[in-house]
Amino acid sequence: MSAITREQVAHLAKLAHIEMTEEELRSMAKELDLVVDSVASVSEAAGPDVPATSHPIPLQNVFREDVVGATLTAEESLRNAPDAAEGKFKVPAILDEE
Amino acid sequence: MTSTGTPQGVVGLSAAELARRLAAGELTSVDAVQAHLDRIRETDGAPVDPADRSRGKTGLNAFLHVNAEEALSVAAEVDAARARGEELPELAGVPIAVKDLIVTQGQPTTAASRMLEGWMSPYDATVTRKLRAARMPMLGKTNLDEFAMGSSNEHSAFGDTRNPWDLSRIPGGSGGGSAAAVTAFQTPLALGTDTGGSIRQPAALTGSVGVKPTYGGVSRYGVIAMASSLDQVGPVSRTVLDAALLHEVIGGHDPQDSTSLPDPVGDLAAQARAGAAGGGLAGLRVGVVKELTGEGFQPGVQQRFQEAVELLRSAGAEVVEVSTPNFKYALGAYYLIMSSEVSSNLAKYDGVRFGHRVLPEDGPLTIERVMGSTRAAGFGAEVKRRIILGTYALSAGYYDAYYGSAQKVRTLVQRDFAAAFEQVDVLVSPTAPTTAFERGAVDESADPMQMYLNDIATIPTNLAGVPAISVPGGLAPEDGLPVGIQFMAPARQDARLYRAGAGLEALLEQRWGGPLWQALPDTAALVRDLAGDPAAPDLSAPVRGGAR
Repeated sequence: MSAITREQVAHLAKLAHIEMTEEELRSMAKELDLVVDSVASVSEAAGPDVPATSHPIPLQNVFREDVVGATLTAEESLRNAPDAAEGKFKVPAILDEE
Repeated sequence: MTSTGTPQGVVGLSAAELARRLAAGELTSVDAVQAHLDRIRETDGAPVDPADRSRGKTGLNAFLHVNAEEALSVAAEVDAARARGEELPELAGVPIAVKDLIVTQGQPTTAASRMLEGWMSPYDATVTRKLRAARMPMLGKTNLDEFAMGSSNEHSAFGDTRNPWDLSRIPGGSGGGSAAAVTAFQTPLALGTDTGGSIRQPAALTGSVGVKPTYGGVSRYGVIAMASSLDQVGPVSRTVLDAALLHEVIGGHDPQDSTSLPDPVGDLAAQARAGAAGGGLAGLRVGVVKELTGEGFQPGVQQRFQEAVELLRSAGAEVVEVSTPNFKYALGAYYLIMSSEVSSNLAKYDGVRFGHRVLPEDGPLTIERVMGSTRAAGFGAEVKRRIILGTYALSAGYYDAYYGSAQKVRTLVQRDFAAAFEQVDVLVSPTAPTTAFERGAVDESADPMQMYLNDIATIPTNLAGVPAISVPGGLAPEDGLPVGIQFMAPARQDARLYRAGAGLEALLEQRWGGPLWQALPDTAALVRDLAGDPAAPDLSAPVRGGAR
């Protein structure tokens, strides 16, 4: 019914930054199709007058005292980094693909 | 029932009884911790292949990390403090296990994902800090489906956990490790997390007790986020009273979680004690949820459920049937909301600041390609499925039809609960539609929805934020496996769950002549047989070869 295509999955995978093999794209399209079909009734359940709920128990104006608490040092923050240099996270080129 | 599975000695004791003996000086915490560490060694098994963690262990594989040294040293400090006559918290010295989705300083936290293998949290979760303040030795971190996504534990990247009732079956998920550890007497208590049933469904399938508190009742700070509007931390135990005692330790307001309720946690253990003494059921208005019985529920599950309802009635409860017509949309709405939040929450695992980084095998080395190959290698199939579904549900053109509609269903489910709780004090249903199924029995690549249906009875409470408990309801006649009974209460009324749950627990134990686990097979013997059985290799290897 919803017929999710391999091309749609490829686009979603690109948006989600997950590289996928041809086989994964095809099986994911088939699986998503099944899931989307079985949840389709959700769109017919509620009329336009029903408000949306984003949080089950909403709280308003949640603040805490504006005081400095414990923070991580740069060293602690970098301890789990896959790569670091000069006290900073080190990553491959962001802008230039050459 | 014949007594086969309850081990003699310290590990057979409840947390409440351990606490009593520790306080009375009849037992030391070091001895209590050591006995549980020995039990873990005896039942959890050895790595199938020490060079490949994805193959799991030869036994239960409930623990991803055993924290022996720190646990013993905390226990020794508690013993010394007690010897000096210091006043200590009630559960001081009582050991506990922690689901490996909750961050802990000094122990690895993996979320059962390759993505976080080797990661050491630089901070403690609020609930971890509370366990330390309560001076409870942490035995280690328990296994789960990767990032808590699954209902069978088969999606752990480090091998699945087995069900102590039958090692060829799944323990439920995602918190199968915590439930199996408690059931097999590896620990009296454990922490779990529940987004759509991850505490309660494993409790049902292993014959243990599990509670999902009111949303916001327990801090989520330091709990690796799956779906932030649904996630909740809660206790796992063998008795209702033990769950209440642990809930009191971890509950209460936390300024570091903006969704944390400002309410005090309340005297839950007193409620459990009153319920067990028979003071909870007379006059209690109990609603049987019409939509959560009948079709789709295994006959033996229905039979045990009906018997439990009859017991409640015979104890003076006023049982009526209530209808919640919008629950039929809950599963669909849940999968849209959950996966949408998952796709957003898991965006941070990109190989930049922490965790796994995988470089592309060929082509230009750019950060985008590093992210793509890192997430391809670091996430398992189910995590990817949910991220892609969530990305789809949130994308332009589909947002209103899927995510927007699902949020409206959430309102309808809340209204169903509100209407039901005008008529009754608590709702009751089976916790899960079936008993534990065989490992590998559900082929999710053929139809992912088949696995998702396990959570049909637990999901509505997560959507509405209301609390629920699963208590053991006996064994299904057709397969001899545990059945769970679920009570649900209005938001902030968690105390009712403990009163009603302990009441039913007492009535059932009276009928059985003791607790359910008297019928549990001898786990240590099963594990020895499994390890020594030449025909066992298919059993000792994980179903999916890890995260795939």
